Amino acid sequence: MAKMDPNDIKVILATDCGSTTTKAILIEKRDGEYRLIVRGEAPTTVEAPFEDVTKGVLNAVGEVEELSGRKLLDENERIISPAKDNIGTDVYISTSSAGGGLQMMVAGVVRSMTGESAERAALGAGAIVMDVIASNDKRLPHQQIERIRHLRPDMILLSGGIDGGTTTHVVEIAELVSAADPKPRLGTGYKLPIIYAGNKDAAKAVEDTLKDKVDLRTVENIRPVLERENLGPAREEIHNLFMEHVMAQAPGYKKLMSWTDAPIMPTPGAVGLIIKKVADLEGIEAVGVDIGGATTDVFSVFRPEGSPEGVFNRTVSANLGMSYSVSNVFAEATLPMVMRWVPFDMDERDLRNRVKNKMIRPTTIPQSMEELIFEQAIAKEALRLAFIQHKNFATVLKGVQQQRTIADAFEQSASGATIVNMMTLNILVGSGGVLSHAPRRQQSALMMIDSFLPEGITRLAVDSIFMMPQLGVLSTVQEQAAREVFNKDCLIHLGCCVAPVGEVKKGGAVLNYKITLPDGKVETGTMNFGDMKLIKLGLDEKGLPQKAKAELEPLQHLDLGMGRGHKVETELSGGVVGIILDARGRPFTLPIDNKERIRKLKEWMLELNIYPKEALDR
Amino acid sequence: MGHAYTPGLKVTDKILLTKKRILPLKGEVVVKVGDKVKPDDVVARTHLPGVVEPINVANILGIPPEDIADAMLKKEGDTVVQGEDIALSKSFFGLFKSKCQARITGTIESISHITGQVLLRGEPIPVTVKAYIEGEVVEIFEREGVAIATWSSFIQGIFGIGGETHGEIKIVVPNNSTTLTEKEIDESCEGKVIVGGNMVLADAIKKAAKVGAAGIVVGGFDDKDLRDILGYDIGVAITGSEEIGVTLIVTEGFGKINMAQRTFDLLKANEGQLACINGATQIRAGVIRPEVIIPKGGDIHAKQADADFRETGLVIGSPVRVIRHPYFGELGEVSNLPPELTQLESGSHARILEVKFMDGKKAIVPRANVEMIES
Repeated sequence: MAKMDPNDIKVILATDCGSTTTKAILIEKRDGEYRLIVRGEAPTTVEAPFEDVTKGVLNAVGEVEELSGRKLLDENERIISPAKDNIGTDVYISTSSAGGGLQMMVAGVVRSMTGESAERAALGAGAIVMDVIASNDKRLPHQQIERIRHLRPDMILLSGGIDGGTTTHVVEIAELVSAADPKPRLGTGYKLPIIYAGNKDAAKAVEDTLKDKVDLRTVENIRPVLERENLGPAREEIHNLFMEHVMAQAPGYKKLMSWTDAPIMPTPGAVGLIIKKVADLEGIEAVGVDIGGATTDVFSVFRPEGSPEGVFNRTVSANLGMSYSVSNVFAEATLPMVMRWVPFDMDERDLRNRVKNKMIRPTTIPQSMEELIFEQAIAKEALRLAFIQHKNFATVLKGVQQQRTIADAFEQSASGATIVNMMTLNILVGSGGVLSHAPRRQQSALMMIDSFLPEGITRLAVDSIFMMPQLGVLSTVQEQAAREVFNKDCLIHLGCCVAPVGEVKKGGAVLNYKITLPDGKVETGTMNFGDMKLIKLGLDEKGLPQKAKAELEPLQHLDLGMGRGHKVETELSGGVVGIILDARGRPFTLPIDNKERIRKLKEWMLELNIYPKEALDR
Repeated sequence: MGHAYTPGLKVTDKILLTKKRILPLKGEVVVKVGDKVKPDDVVARTHLPGVVEPINVANILGIPPEDIADAMLKKEGDTVVQGEDIALSKSFFGLFKSKCQARITGTIESISHITGQVLLRGEPIPVTVKAYIEGEVVEIFEREGVAIATWSSFIQGIFGIGGETHGEIKIVVPNNSTTLTEKEIDESCEGKVIVGGNMVLADAIKKAAKVGAAGIVVGGFDDKDLRDILGYDIGVAITGSEEIGVTLIVTEGFGKINMAQRTFDLLKANEGQLACINGATQIRAGVIRPEVIIPKGGDIHAKQADADFRETGLVIGSPVRVIRHPYFGELGEVSNLPPELTQLESGSHARILEVKFMDGKKAIVPRANVEMIES
């Protein structure tokens, strides 16, 4: 297709080829604004008997054709472009995580420094990081070699050393990689791609060590100096290699690549891109989470110390998910931690078998209310664990000492502070089946609140039909379209959570509130410690959140973001749920006494209308 | 999407099966097309590269890496035996000598003057691939492996642990609803594939391993017992490499669930026959289920009598098994397939079906929560 001026783009077709489902969306510019028109889906066809991803794409596009009435495919099953009247599309774009996505191994010299920078570069590009090899990872060299040989990644990112620093260690790692003689995961007809992004002085020696065995690409150092990361060039090369090697090896992708108007992006890379772009555009801090069947991805943009430049981080919790990995959530979180969210007692042996049965038959859905409550309890723990991993990873650069001598740098390496600040966080966006398709939106809101424990005032939203991947890649072609559809069609605004921070030993009043709703009605009252309250505040006619003026006065030295005990006057955002006042305190703990725990859970669930009363009275 | 239901597991009396047996690396195929093979026959073999042992010679000798070439007694490609001197340094006019010895037998793969590191490659490790099933070699993949075909009865399980093995089928319970306990297992089970009913207890598995049984095929299994036997909780269903002394195949799921009558009857009809079984399970994209293959002999070039694998989808009258609470494990047939979305007790809207159970009772179940019992 010919490239066209972004301003002339009126019709956009986008697909996301997931590991099980290929999703297609159609966006059109109508009355001056871009809106989602329809969505279609079909099973992904990467595996036998089809072994051609384009079959699934054509099926999904076929569904879009049927639903929209727009003819998109010609008689030879090619996408018609450009659009004219009710035929064709101006742009076709796609993302992909089919066939296991992009699987990488990364290597660095010091695990918590260049190793972590390399991991950040790979994760940010949308990869699954299979392992991090480092000189100090406590494995013996022959164990590292065995591991590299065993893994069969799609590519390796090799880093280490600051520019001008010692070359020995990074060359030593190159020697280990060379000895392992690693083979690529897909296909045998090409050499494994390795990106070298380490000390530039060692580039020649690394090249001499590896050039005969692998397809070596050298880019700028990801850590040219201790105090700064330079992840862009490595990420760009990862995307290039993803297209050149990984995608080219997957069945049907060569054909798909010839159809698209922009490079195919790995699905999580595209999601990260849209979250970063929207957060940067509004100058806000955002956390996004996508909880899937096998993995949970967490994305965040924070602005440490108010810096205008947002710091983007992504983590993948490989074995935290709601179907394939559900048993692992149970194993990692432990039974009591899952059961603490369930407002009745259940038999342990039966529960264990139920979890395993979900693992071996991952496509089943909860039919009874009891099953739904139990599944959402597991989701809270999966989200909580994934977020802990994210907080531990999204840190200030380790090994960097501010206003001290460089000699102290290594001492600090173990204690890089997280940049995740729940008090300054503006919006929390959830996606993935358990959050996007919860029968009641209040359930999604409470799952996010209980697992992420937002502090102060935080907006909540869910991705309605998981179209963030397509919008991510669209943002590289037509940013305005991506942004408009993101705000109006992709996000379902739930409302906001108001949660004072601090502990109160004896209970009693902790928050006075006065909220003036758009219709002039005023809600006033006092929240006692341990209470939750829902105040209705909906959406306007455009589907955007209504606003309400609020005066919030935390008591007993609690903090809502302006300091302990300081009153906050602000504007609160509504949504399909409304304003949730959460006076349970932070850090949050559930009552230890079982009866009291169940009583409080029921009280909160009834107040927020999470489940029907009869389900809680069982 | 057209196929909202879960396709069921196959339980087939007669099918022409072809199994690929492939080496992990290129090597040598030792059979030819038309050869008849037994499960333990080797069909291909190769050598994996030996283990690598890095030795930092420069550090051991206390010399700069760039001087390593002068200290080396061996060069790249030389063979060495364990304990042999590979480098020597002299100091103080030759009065003091430091030496470095090979830790393994193998060849010198590389000598680095940048890091001072020498890589020793151990002797190659032989690897063989066995036929696993009884059948005929129908295709050779040059230097990679073979395909073996056989007519067989075939049963797919839902979950298993342990790898490939084989033995004669021995039914040790009177029916599909009897629990397999240690009492049913004795020395006569040695080398056999034991068939139980609705569940196997942990003690029975331990006893089976003790008497040297090859495997157990059973309807259900308790997760708590699984954890006790393995010593850890299985987080993700990727199995096959466990070593508990016996291969276990569960046909229905976790908990006490009668083995499907059809599965039990098929196993019973083949009592005393050879069964080749594999517990390997992978529930991810590219799903692998555990399997029981009962080779039948016969001409593999004969035309397949019935096309078993036509996917017809769910229709009224399709036999189904419910695979989620509250009707988990119950069998019945589809009695109605309303097309519209219906609200479930959980509040979700989903496509549903009406199922008539064996006892005549009817229930509404989401289509995602049934699997077809395929033949």
